Formats: sequence, C-alpha cells, structure tokens
Amino acid sequence: MLQIESRPFARDHDLFACVQCGKCTGGCPMTLKTKLNPRSLILRLLTAGNGFDLEPFPELWDCTTCSTCAKRCPKQVSPMEMIIGLRSAIVEKGAVHPNVKAALESTFRHGNPLSLPREQRGAWAADLGVKHYTAGMEYLYYVGCTPSYDPRGQKVARALVALFSKAGVDFGILGNDENCCGSEVRRLGEAGLFEMVVEDNTGAYKELGVTKMFTTSPHCYNVYRNDYPKNGMQVQHYTQVLAGLVADKKITFSGSLDKTVTYHDPCYLGKHNGVFDEPRAVLRAIPGLKLVEMDRSREKSLCCEGGGGRMWLEGTNPATRLAMMRVQEAAETGAQVLATACPFCVLMLDEAVKTLNLEEKIQVLDVAEMAAQAL
Amino acid sequence: MAFTPRIGVYTCHCGINIAATVDVKAVAAYAATLPGVVVSRDYTYMCSDPGQGLIQNDIREQNLNRVVVASCSPRMHEPTFRAAISEVGLNPYCFEMANIREQCSWVHPAGELTTHKAMQLVASAVAKAALLQPLEQRSASVTPGALVIGGGIAGVQAALDIAEAGFEVTLVERSPALGGHVAQLHRTFPTLEPTAGFLQPLIDRATQHPRIRILTRSEIVDLGGFVGNFKVSVRQGEATSEIAVGTIIVATGFEAFDATRKPELGYGQYPQVITTADFERLAASGEIQVNGKKPQRVVFIHCVGSRDQAIGNAYCSRVCCMVSAKQARLVRESLPEAEVNVFYMDVRAFGKGFEEFYDDVRKSGVIYRRGNPSEILRRGERVVVRAEDTLLGQAIEVEADLVVLAVGMTPSRGTDVVAGLFKLARSSDGFFMEAHPKLRPVETSMAGIFLAGACQGPKDIPEAVAQARAAAAAAMIPLMRGTVPVEAAISSVDEELCAGCGQCASLCTFGALSLHPTRGVMTVNGVLCQGCGACATACPSGAINLKHFTFDEVMAQLEVVTGWAAPVSALQPREEQAVEA
Repeated sequence: MLQIESRPFARDHDLFACVQCGKCTGGCPMTLKTKLNPRSLILRLLTAGNGFDLEPFPELWDCTTCSTCAKRCPKQVSPMEMIIGLRSAIVEKGAVHPNVKAALESTFRHGNPLSLPREQRGAWAADLGVKHYTAGMEYLYYVGCTPSYDPRGQKVARALVALFSKAGVDFGILGNDENCCGSEVRRLGEAGLFEMVVEDNTGAYKELGVTKMFTTSPHCYNVYRNDYPKNGMQVQHYTQVLAGLVADKKITFSGSLDKTVTYHDPCYLGKHNGVFDEPRAVLRAIPGLKLVEMDRSREKSLCCEGGGGRMWLEGTNPATRLAMMRVQEAAETGAQVLATACPFCVLMLDEAVKTLNLEEKIQVLDVAEMAAQAL
Repeated sequence: MAFTPRIGVYTCHCGINIAATVDVKAVAAYAATLPGVVVSRDYTYMCSDPGQGLIQNDIREQNLNRVVVASCSPRMHEPTFRAAISEVGLNPYCFEMANIREQCSWVHPAGELTTHKAMQLVASAVAKAALLQPLEQRSASVTPGALVIGGGIAGVQAALDIAEAGFEVTLVERSPALGGHVAQLHRTFPTLEPTAGFLQPLIDRATQHPRIRILTRSEIVDLGGFVGNFKVSVRQGEATSEIAVGTIIVATGFEAFDATRKPELGYGQYPQVITTADFERLAASGEIQVNGKKPQRVVFIHCVGSRDQAIGNAYCSRVCCMVSAKQARLVRESLPEAEVNVFYMDVRAFGKGFEEFYDDVRKSGVIYRRGNPSEILRRGERVVVRAEDTLLGQAIEVEADLVVLAVGMTPSRGTDVVAGLFKLARSSDGFFMEAHPKLRPVETSMAGIFLAGACQGPKDIPEAVAQARAAAAAAMIPLMRGTVPVEAAISSVDEELCAGCGQCASLCTFGALSLHPTRGVMTVNGVLCQGCGACATACPSGAINLKHFTFDEVMAQLEVVTGWAAPVSALQPREEQAVEA
C-alpha cells in the first residue's frame, strides 16, 4: 500500500479546478502507449475520500514531464506537477525503482546522477584550455552532467567551447567544482534532495558572483530559470546566446553544410520555455543548410521520452518508443540530419536511429555541433 | 436661530434578513439615546407602504428635520426613502442610510457582536445626519436625438426603435455596410431559418427611415458633453463632423476568436481545419468541399478560445454549442454519407428551443463525444484529432477530412478606443461592463450611454436584439422627458483656498474640473460632475469639498466609529430586555 492523504494533496495541486475535459490525456504523448491518464487520476484523487493508494499506478513513472498537459489545460491545472507530487509521496516511502534510487544517491554523493566520480567531471575540457570561472567574467558556462561525462554529450560541450571562444565571449566553467542542477532529482520527486542541491548551488553561485549563465541542456536552463529562487541571475540556453552572436555578426560561418536538416524541439526548451525561434535562426544562418519542418514541430513537438527521470526508467511499455516514431517522422521529411539542442534528445534519438537501422539515412546532431562544423 | 437637528431613526427587520441576526429592538432602543434623536422605531419592512407611512407621520407630527433608516444598501432603497420624505416636504438630502443588512446581518453570525456593529453603523449615520445640508435638485435640457455606434443587428434594431418613437438617430458604422456578423451567417439555430430572410428587411427599414442618418465607413474620434447634451466627433473618410445628441447607444459587437492563437490546432496550417465562421461561408456557397472533395469524416470542436484560461478567455461564449449543432446538422443534411463527430466539454442548450434542437441534431446521426481535443496533426490526405473520450476513459485519434473549430466571441477591435473615448468600464473578460448585473443591464457607469448586443458580452441573435430594444427604451427616457436630473451631491471649490494647481482636473475621469480663465481657480461643471470625490481627496489645500460627503460629515462618522463603546444597556442580559419590552 502506498497510501496518500488525497484531500490536502488535491488542494495543494489545485485539482478542484479541473473540469474533466480530457485535454491533458488527449495530448499526452504517453497515453497512446501506456495506461497513464492524468484526467482520470485527478478524478480518482478528488473522489477518493481522504485515502488514495498509489500502488496500482506504476504508469506514474511513464510521465516524461514534457508539460503538454499543463500548457494546454484550460483551467491552469498542472497534471505534470500533480504527477511529480505523487512521485514524491512514493519516494518518501522509499518504494522506487533501483535505478532511480541509484541516480538519487549518486546525485547526493557525487553531484551527478550517473554514478561517476566528481573528480572526473571537468576531464572533458582538460585539453581545451577553457578558463575556470572567476568573479567578473561575463558568463558562467554551466556544462551539466550528461555533457560532462557522456562521450556523446562531451562532443556538444567541446563544440560550444569552440564556438564561444571563436566569438570572443568572456566565459568560464567550474570543472570539477560543478554540481548537478537537480532538474531530474526534482522530476523524480525527491523534493528534499532537490532543496539541498538548490541551496548548495545558489550559495556557490552567489559566492562566485555569477550574474549571467548559459547551459548546454534545456533541462538545466529550465530548472535555473523556473525552479530556483529568483536571485537576479540571468540564465539562458546556449541557443539563445548563439542566436544573439549570429545576429550581431560576432559569429560568421566560413564553412558550409550542404544538407537538408529538420529540427526537433526539445520539450524543456520549446514547450516549457517558449524558445522555438533561436535554434532555427542559428541553423538558418549556416551556409548551404536547408531547414525543413516536421508536421509535429514547435508547440506540437513529440517528446523523445528522455525527460522526467526517464533516462533511468524504461517505463511500462518499452516496446513502443516515441524516439523511434520521432526519427521516422524526421526521415519522412527527407532530412539527412535530425538536429536538436538537448543532450537527452541527442542520446534518445541517436539510439532510435541505430535501432531502426537508419544510420545510413539520417544523422542526429546537436545545433552546437553543426554550428561548430560550419565555422 | 441655530439649527437644532430633530432626527428620526427607523430600524428595519427586513423580514428575518436582519432580525434573525441582529437584535433590532436593542438597536432601536440604543438609537433613541443618541444625541439629536427624537424618535426611534423598528418595523418589519421599512420600505413597505406602512413603513414609509410611519416615517412620513413622524415628520409631520414630531417636526423631524433629518431621517435615518437602518436597513439595506442605499443602492437598493435610498431613492425610495428620499422620495418618501420629499412627499411630506423634507429635502431628499436630509436623509441618511445605515446599511445593517449587506454590511452586517448578511455577513456575520447572529450574536451580540453583530448587534453591536449594527448599533455602531446607526450611531455613525446619526452623527452624519445631524450635519446634513439640504441640496438643490437641478435639471438640464436634452438634445432630442440619439447616436448609435455599430451597425450590426443590435445597432440597427436600436436605431429603428428610437426613430420609430419620433427621435432623430445617427447610426455610425465602421465598415461599408450594415448587418455586421449576422450578415455573414448562412442559417440560424434552432430553426435553420435563412438569415437574409429577417435581416435584409430590417436593414431596408433602417436605410429608408426618414429619421435615421446612416454613416458607414465612419468612426467616432471624440466625445464631449454629458447626458442630454453630448457632442460627438465622427470621422468619415477625410471629413470630421460634430453631432449633438442626448443619449448614446454603444453596439460595437464582437470579433471571432483568432484560432491561430491555438497553434496546436493547426488553423491556418492545414486546409482541412476551418472555423465555424469559415463554415458559414462554405455552407452559403452551396457545396461543402475541402480540397475539391466532399468530406467523409467531419469533426466539430467546441470551446476554441472560450472557457480557456490558458489564452486568457475564462468565459463561455454561449453561442458555440448551438452554432456547432446547427452546422453539424447542415453537414448531415447536405452530406448524408459523412460521419460527424462533435467534441464537447458540456453542451449548453439553455435557450428557448435549444434542447429540443440538440435532441433533433443527435437523432439526425451526429455523434457527440465528451472530450476537449488537445491537438490536430497531419496524416496523409487527412488530419487526425487527438483527444480523450472522457466517458470511455480512452485516449483516441479521430481521422477527419474537415475539422470545424467552434471559435468563441472576443471584444471587437474598436473596444479599446471606444472605452477610452467614452470612459466606459470593462469587465475582466474585456467586454463593456454594465452598470449593475441585475438591475441596470443596459446602462453603463456613464450617464446617458447605453449598451446593446455582444459588445457587453457574448450573445445570440434574439438576446442581442432584446438587449438592443431595452437599450433603446432606456436611451429614450431622457429624450422623452426633455430634461435630465443633475446630481446634487457634487464637488464645490472654496475659491479662497484654491491655488488653481489643477491636480484635481488630472484625476477627474468626467472632465468636470477646469481652470477659470480669469479668476485663476478651479471651477466645477455641475452637470459633468458625478460626485465621486476623487478631487476632494487629492486637493493639497483642502479647497474641494464634496457636498453630502463633506469633511465635517465624514469626520463625524469616523469619530463615532473609532471612539465607539458598546452601550451599557445593550450588554444587559436578554431576559431584562424582554421584561422592558
């Protein structure tokens, strides 16, 4: 039994406002492949008296926190936050998947959810001569866990260093001193650990005098922008900074990339934060590149299924993968490159390309990698 | 001879509305002890004829010169009691009301504290009553003509009614033709009657009417004056002319919700996705076709741009349920092979004949599915509507050749300009706000300016016409009477104190204050001033006083309220009171 007190929960999450229209469930990318039904969950919570058992709902861990439900809700309810809240209740009772437990423990011990040593966090940049961030620099480049440790992610981080160095941007990184932002911790429902991470990081950035930051991952960008207490620090996703540099002609592309490219909007960049145009502006500035759109683009972008802690969880229906559907949609446009701007999306889509044996036909690249290639 | 107040206090039971919560006998007994009070009574309904008779009798027999009634809100019955005391020769401004219902019995539980609050309110009213001054009732003459802004069905109907009653009407319309949105409709619900059949005769009557002057392609650019004597500047092309009218009806209508604001629905992106407004044109053209083919599967989606806080329109647009039902029915008629699905959140079939029509539409074969679709995607030649059928509890995908978005009503583009020029208040939904939601539905907060049709909120045709005729009737009252009463409780400037700084004028929303050209002090236009008091609070030298709410009167009330102590008698046990009674 995973019993929660449903009445105060419903009040805290404003579930009484729900009009049961089903827009959340209708637009949710998971509802066609799993039992997840946010609308029905709300009604169950509202009608449960004061005790609700979460045990029969393993699909709570299917949610990718893409935010489609919350963005479209006509009554400003957030089923996504409700699901995160329900996960919290489960985490509190310790009844979580071993992978989740490991990711949370590693974040606590090593400052990353990947169970990798803290001392190797900055190793990717050892040969690049990137400056360590010190007070007075214009930007802190917050690299993030996946770009720091994952070989595929590291390529993106290296590309960004090349781009920003070329443009003469005054920035530094924290290397081994960088700590996980806590985005996935929060979405997995570990509210206590998230609070701790926020406190540590907020204190550290304050001490360092950070005023402006850009991130590799939309997930880190989102958590700093929307979940951390407001502290006057300006946070941007790298595509926003890059688009600015391109517009101001501080970056010009001398090379060219004669390819047809389609762009996949990462949920945490697009739906969550409304950043749709900047990555496209960067791509359009690359000589030779032809940008085509998938039917599901911008607000309708299909989630890659990598958010909301799903990097550590297969979900209740691992046979059908949204990333595979997405790659097929991209291939149908005739694009040779599926571009995106999120380390999770890159990993998920890359794997889907391999599973579908489409490596000959389509390649997954981060916008940063493409821009760096065209320098 | 010094003025000696002789005050009568009348505490109302309002049936049990007040008496069940407040000890009205104790309030009346307490009021009798207040300075200046010569008589204090309580009665079941003070507003009834016998209740008013009590007051009139006391005025005559006990020579009362000030009257306080402790009952409901002044908005409800102040005019009643003012009229009652005038009948027996007392100036209507020698009256004060203590609101012990809305501000006391309705909002507090029964008990001693509630009774104390009622006593305190009465004491404060009595303190003011002792200082009240009689004010002179004045009136202004009225220009016998009206202006109607907007040539949709509401505006045309209102203009016709006023003209038929014998007054000159100027009808100003922004577009080249009359008829507005109704002229764009193919047929109407619930009768499926062709629109042209009733609209064209109405327009013809207005166009041919000797007392209606129609100005199309015209816009209002300025407004001056006041009720009875407005001066309106109208621009037609390059020329601007000034029109003098007594009253004004605003009938600026609505605009259909812009469906591109919901990008997930693909309007403007997929040719298969249209709005209910587009459908009217399609149906009027005789053939319902998409991409040159007759659609086999048609989906209607309710509430696009309505009941949707995500885009800031929290309100229901009231007509879309029936518009979709009508259009679904028309599809079934002209394309009997087509499958028609209507997605709804709730079906609101509240009007006359609506539920019966909804029954009829379902029986014609239209399938209603409960769920608010989330997105529309492309699938081959068709589109697919993604939704949850909430009654089945299943996420579904419905393929369609034609999707019709039932777009809601939003305030028309000109609303901002008209609201600014006429100083009209707007409700949170952006439509113009009526003066009172129950009792003054066609008036605005500006005297002499009235509302007709969908500019006040979403309406169907009969509602718009009904409101237009109500607005016309209300707008004719000043025209027929020939004079308008002018508020007596207005600001006055003490010329000894006024420095002519003009701060008051910058705050006055009625344009009632101006600098005297030679005396260098501010003057109040007694017809424009509505007595709101903003100027009096802002004046740095205390030179402006609001009559009937003077500093002395308000301070006397405050002193009573702040220094009030419960009377000893009121604290005595109830048994003793019972013995006394």
